[in-house]
Amino acid sequence: METKTLFDKIWDAHVVKEVEGGPSVLYIDQHLIHEVTSPVAFLGLEKRGAKVLRPEKTVATPDHNVPTINQHLSIKDELSRNQVEMLKKNCATHGIVYHGLGSEGHGVVHIIGPEMGITQPGMTIVCGDSHTSTHGAFGAIAFGIGTSEVEMVLASQCIMQPKPRKMLIAVNGKLNKGVTAKDIALYVIAQISTSGGTGHFIEFAGSAIESLTMEGRMTLCNMSIECGARGGMIAPDQTTFDYVKGRQFAPKGEDWVKKLAYWKTLKSDADAVFDTVYEFDAANIEPMITFGTNPGMGIGISQNVPDSNKLTGSDKLTYEKSLKYMGYTEGDKMVGKKIDYVFVGSCTNGRIEDFRSFTAFVKGKKKANNVTAWIVPGSRAVEKQIIAEGLVEILNAAGFELRQPGCSACLAMNDDKIPEGKYSVSTSNRNFEGRQGPGARTLLASPLTAAAAAVTGKITDPREFL
Amino acid sequence: MAYDKFTTLTSPAVPLPIENVDTDQIIPARFLKAVERKGFGDNLFRDWRYDKSNQPIADFPLNQAKYSGKILVGGKNFGSGSSREHAAWAIYDYGFRVVVSSFFADIFQGNALNNGILPVVVSPEFLEKIFMAIEADQNTLFEVDLENQKFTICGTGESVGFSINPYKKHCLTNGLDDIDYLISMKEEIAAFEK
Repeated sequence: METKTLFDKIWDAHVVKEVEGGPSVLYIDQHLIHEVTSPVAFLGLEKRGAKVLRPEKTVATPDHNVPTINQHLSIKDELSRNQVEMLKKNCATHGIVYHGLGSEGHGVVHIIGPEMGITQPGMTIVCGDSHTSTHGAFGAIAFGIGTSEVEMVLASQCIMQPKPRKMLIAVNGKLNKGVTAKDIALYVIAQISTSGGTGHFIEFAGSAIESLTMEGRMTLCNMSIECGARGGMIAPDQTTFDYVKGRQFAPKGEDWVKKLAYWKTLKSDADAVFDTVYEFDAANIEPMITFGTNPGMGIGISQNVPDSNKLTGSDKLTYEKSLKYMGYTEGDKMVGKKIDYVFVGSCTNGRIEDFRSFTAFVKGKKKANNVTAWIVPGSRAVEKQIIAEGLVEILNAAGFELRQPGCSACLAMNDDKIPEGKYSVSTSNRNFEGRQGPGARTLLASPLTAAAAAVTGKITDPREFL
Repeated sequence: MAYDKFTTLTSPAVPLPIENVDTDQIIPARFLKAVERKGFGDNLFRDWRYDKSNQPIADFPLNQAKYSGKILVGGKNFGSGSSREHAAWAIYDYGFRVVVSSFFADIFQGNALNNGILPVVVSPEFLEKIFMAIEADQNTLFEVDLENQKFTICGTGESVGFSINPYKKHCLTNGLDDIDYLISMKEEIAAFEK
């Protein structure tokens, strides 16, 4: 019998048709939309005179553009406000559920899907956002799409996709103290580069991955796009089932029993074949930080900025351009470098566990005077949980304020922009030039490493305090 | 989205010998606030093209009068990062119809094809030859022949084949998009749902 990977099993169950010499027509179980990549898709739909085929399979929320303070007021930026209002209007016209700003269900699209139990094992999930890969943590095929594809899904609940190759990334062993899912992600990307996963869909496996909570697994799968992969996924297990059970849209009663039995079959066959395989030892991973302008330019926090001796041609030019932008020099020690901003949040690290980790670290300490910190929950539910657990008092006592949910400084489409030339230790996913604002310099790290930087005002190894 | 049919193109090329050109550089997030698809070309490579006071940065290739044409040649891993289709819209709107690199990020490649932009993948060695040919003569012409899947440096006659999915080739050649095709599959989709 033909052996299959986890990816094959889900993919094959969703192929409506194989187009000759072309991509597969893939059925989409769940579509998520936000204000930035959907308006042109709705316009296109209207121009064709087409309707949304299955409005109940799309969920909407505005996240990219929204302010993270005073959300009860009208959005000041006219263009942002217009985009948010357009989403609301399009959803009303087409009968799509809309979780508006300030509502109980509001949040970053990749945070609210899982917390509402919309994200489930075995599903195909797409969104006009590359970090849709987050949902792969549940053993789903989830990937980011362009606006033309958003229109395809609205019109037909299907998408045309070539089947990607399959990659296995196994991380085995016990994680070191102070090492989180974010560090695994940054380590893997540093090892295989930002294009190492291109053309592939990744399955993460191994004992270190199995030991992660759902929040950690989401962080890891979220970052799979940063190595170029279409997405990343993890076979569902008891941790997954326990997380999904009881959530608002999770199956109930007999349906739960039936679904659970199916979900338990969702794993790669023992002798399944992957096109590419990497194995890493968890013992080699230390808290990570980036020093350059793509997420593959990451090193263990105790290390120095690598030199470019081995690089030639455009590789070398690109590397030098990157260090120049960052204001760093080859051989620089990362620890001790002064920083200006700390951002905790985003679809990568905006879940309750991330704020627990940050808060536990800063408890009884004080924010450094030279640091501006933006602590932004990923959703209303996360915000409420932070308050319910009493974390907000601890944060306030340490000199931090909690903001309101949204994508915020991850991509700086709202007012949360890091000023030119300033250094930001950020728990988000991209350190591209200008990502957090024109001229901003981003250092990607875990919430724990961000906490250490926030209280010392410089890049600090969090293990010194643990 | 309707776009012009693509068959062959002969044009000089604009070089951008930088690797990992991400979609945040192609079009920064602050320019994604439009609700219609127009004018994105003005902000193509905004922060590499203009300084803080909106003055053109002289040494950026798009600002150098000596470079022109409908072909953009980029370093490896072009289009990485965000899924924003605005990146493809900006490139098309600026006037490019072909992007050449030794390696494209997946989502960008799909978005380009859905918008009438042909991504041409060549070997790293051939990419270097293209950059050298432009450096030697900015007016040197390149021929992109989609029908025969051939990319030629006209000056030297050196030519290389490139691959493209046959279905996507059909779409580009005829100016078709996937959406009409999918809408026409309504019954098959309904049958699948059962």
